[in-house]
Amino acid sequence: MALLQIAEPGMSTAPHQHRLAVGIDLGTTNSLVASMISGLNTVLEDASGRSLLPSVVHYQSNKQIDVGYDALAQQNQDPANTISSVKRFMGRGLEDITDKVHMPYRFIDTPGMVQIETRAGIKSPVEISAEILKVLKERAEKSLGGELTGAVITVPAYFDDAQRQATKDAAQLAGINVLRLLNEPTAAAVAYGLDNAVEGTYVIYDLGGGTFDISVLRLTKGIFEVLATNGDSALGGDDFDRAIFNWVLQESKLSQLNAEESRSLLTQARAAKECLSDHEEAHIKLALSHGKMISLALSRANFVDLTQPLVSKTLAPTRKALRDASLSIEDVTGIVMVGGATRMPHVRQAVADYFKQQPLINLDPDKVVALGAAIQANTLVGNRNEADLLLLDVVPLSLGLETMGGLVEKIIPRNATLPVARAQDFTTFKDGQTAMSIHVLQGERDLVSDCRSLAKFELRGIPPMAAGAARIRVTLQVDADGLLSVTAREQTTGVESNILVKPSYGLSEEQITHMLQTSFSTAKQDKEARALREAQVDAQRLIEAISAALEQDGHLLDAQELDQIKQPLEALKSLAQDADAIVKAIDVLNEATQAFAARRMDASIKQAFAGQDLNSLQL
Amino acid sequence: MQDTSLNYFELFNLPATFSVDSQLLDNNYRKLQSQAHPDRFVTASPAERMQSMQMATLANDAYQTLKHPLFRARYLLQLSGIDTGEENNTAMPADFLMLQMEWRETIEDARNAKDINALDKLLGEIAQNANSLQQTLKIALDENKDLALAADTVRKLSFIEKLREDVTQSIEKLEN
Repeated sequence: MALLQIAEPGMSTAPHQHRLAVGIDLGTTNSLVASMISGLNTVLEDASGRSLLPSVVHYQSNKQIDVGYDALAQQNQDPANTISSVKRFMGRGLEDITDKVHMPYRFIDTPGMVQIETRAGIKSPVEISAEILKVLKERAEKSLGGELTGAVITVPAYFDDAQRQATKDAAQLAGINVLRLLNEPTAAAVAYGLDNAVEGTYVIYDLGGGTFDISVLRLTKGIFEVLATNGDSALGGDDFDRAIFNWVLQESKLSQLNAEESRSLLTQARAAKECLSDHEEAHIKLALSHGKMISLALSRANFVDLTQPLVSKTLAPTRKALRDASLSIEDVTGIVMVGGATRMPHVRQAVADYFKQQPLINLDPDKVVALGAAIQANTLVGNRNEADLLLLDVVPLSLGLETMGGLVEKIIPRNATLPVARAQDFTTFKDGQTAMSIHVLQGERDLVSDCRSLAKFELRGIPPMAAGAARIRVTLQVDADGLLSVTAREQTTGVESNILVKPSYGLSEEQITHMLQTSFSTAKQDKEARALREAQVDAQRLIEAISAALEQDGHLLDAQELDQIKQPLEALKSLAQDADAIVKAIDVLNEATQAFAARRMDASIKQAFAGQDLNSLQL
Repeated sequence: MQDTSLNYFELFNLPATFSVDSQLLDNNYRKLQSQAHPDRFVTASPAERMQSMQMATLANDAYQTLKHPLFRARYLLQLSGIDTGEENNTAMPADFLMLQMEWRETIEDARNAKDINALDKLLGEIAQNANSLQQTLKIALDENKDLALAADTVRKLSFIEKLREDVTQSIEKLEN
């Protein structure tokens, strides 16, 4: 029997299709998926009732792929084909990865992003992450009983453009429509702030498995404004495991372990770390391949000593973030602890000592990010009353361009609120120069060699002029996902060059298309069916969006203007089976609605200040 | 980028003066973003997503400009057709230059002595100086309409802001 549906109080009662949207926390150690179900924010579980999915992927010998607990179980037996903490490799080159000598993987040094050789072939971190995302997507569609409209996927706030792009690529590869990339600490703030209806200035201290983020936010009436963010995208709970691992090697005077022993000792180290959060002592036992047994006891005090440098390493970014926000510790209303690694008592203590107040630990540090992402996903697809939640996030690291002498000219400063666009004019160095190379970098340092190179491209076809006469305007734009695009344009002639920053890091559109095709099916008719399905989905979305806009604001148009939109709208609706025709009709309809979109924006801006006179000052 | 003819003050429904009600600026910025932010347009048509992106970008730029006294003053002068030309016009009165040199020496000494307290103290002095320049700007722009004085003051304030950045960076380096 079908149950009658009752809308949540305050929610629109207008007939509106509830769209299925989820929040995904793609973590270094564990991943989760959460969704708002009948107004209740819920972490979705697997068939065995487990909510965490270990972020581990195992490539089996029979071409099957295990993800999660099954893969984790294989880790000690088959370390080279069982990839864990893949998040640490996203958007990173081989030279970025520290400690690789202790890792049991066969790394391949590919330009841009490192790859790993497995028995299933050479895999990029994007493909490995996509396996994790596929499992979460399946889990969500099974629990929610339908196809997802989309997902909000969280990333560390301190992820740079290459790491963000890699995450978005992984989602695309897993067949997920990404509604938004959301910073993890911001997601946690949403879950915490909305539940507790708090206002004030909050610091989110997020120490995960492999990344550390600190974000300072101002919370006012449902608006979450990030004032500053900082962090270390290569510091997390894993490093505490590694500290124990190194201690064991030192204590037992071992220098070389094979891959299995290494993996096994790391597993033991992690267990010891977790044990020491509740106990004063942990025991580590390791059987070596030549029969020798190692048995050691690690006291909490000793563990604290070993890892104090790691804890201190989190405080420098904390200080910087506060300074960037022009705040002192007295201005902080509360500190929210996020990430499994904040379970360690000495981490909590260090934070309490620094801020001179106890941090808030009443949330499950493993789940809060996914829950916050689910709230945002629900809002973004329009299931929730809009006016009450808005996130204003920032760029974590400055973006700039290379100038003469290997120096970086900063164009967009760190902590600029998204979306943001800035332009800078450059000129030619030599008489008759017809091309200019543009090098985009991310980081805080002055030298090109100290910053991360995001892209290099060339603007060609500049008409020959005297040195210094050309005006080349380079515009950097960062969208609400924190992703960068670059445009270069010669001002006097209009020669233009557009790129999405992908070439040096991340995958090209062709690579993704190729992976998608091979991962599904290669038969021609399947490809065609897929193209048709995609066109139909796009068409459906556009029809819905424009119909809703016309219903709401059709009065902004006169009869003729209305007709100019309705015609291509009806034309698109009438198409069903011809992918090419659908794509063309979508373009026509898009073009026809440009002016309407601008008029709607103007109207809504006017409405924002309705009833407010031009404000006069009281001086 | 800018597809609207509104200036930044008009965008936030504020009078074009150097003195701004910062509470009202904050509130109106948030109101505007509540309408315009791309998060409101995730399921909208591409044309509307583009509009939203442009408006939200403009609102952020405008907000930063109006929030900071230096940027605000520079922008007001720009609206009156005056380019403050800080890159090219670096001529400063002698007493101001003397003070600059003293401060630079203090920074140098404190750096060498790794004296964070001295740098902190200097930050306070700089802030005081910046405040009095802002006072000058208020009178020059809002009361006397003395745009030449305002332009000179903007150039001074811009010097001071650079110095402030240097001090902050030095503190950061010493702390690490």
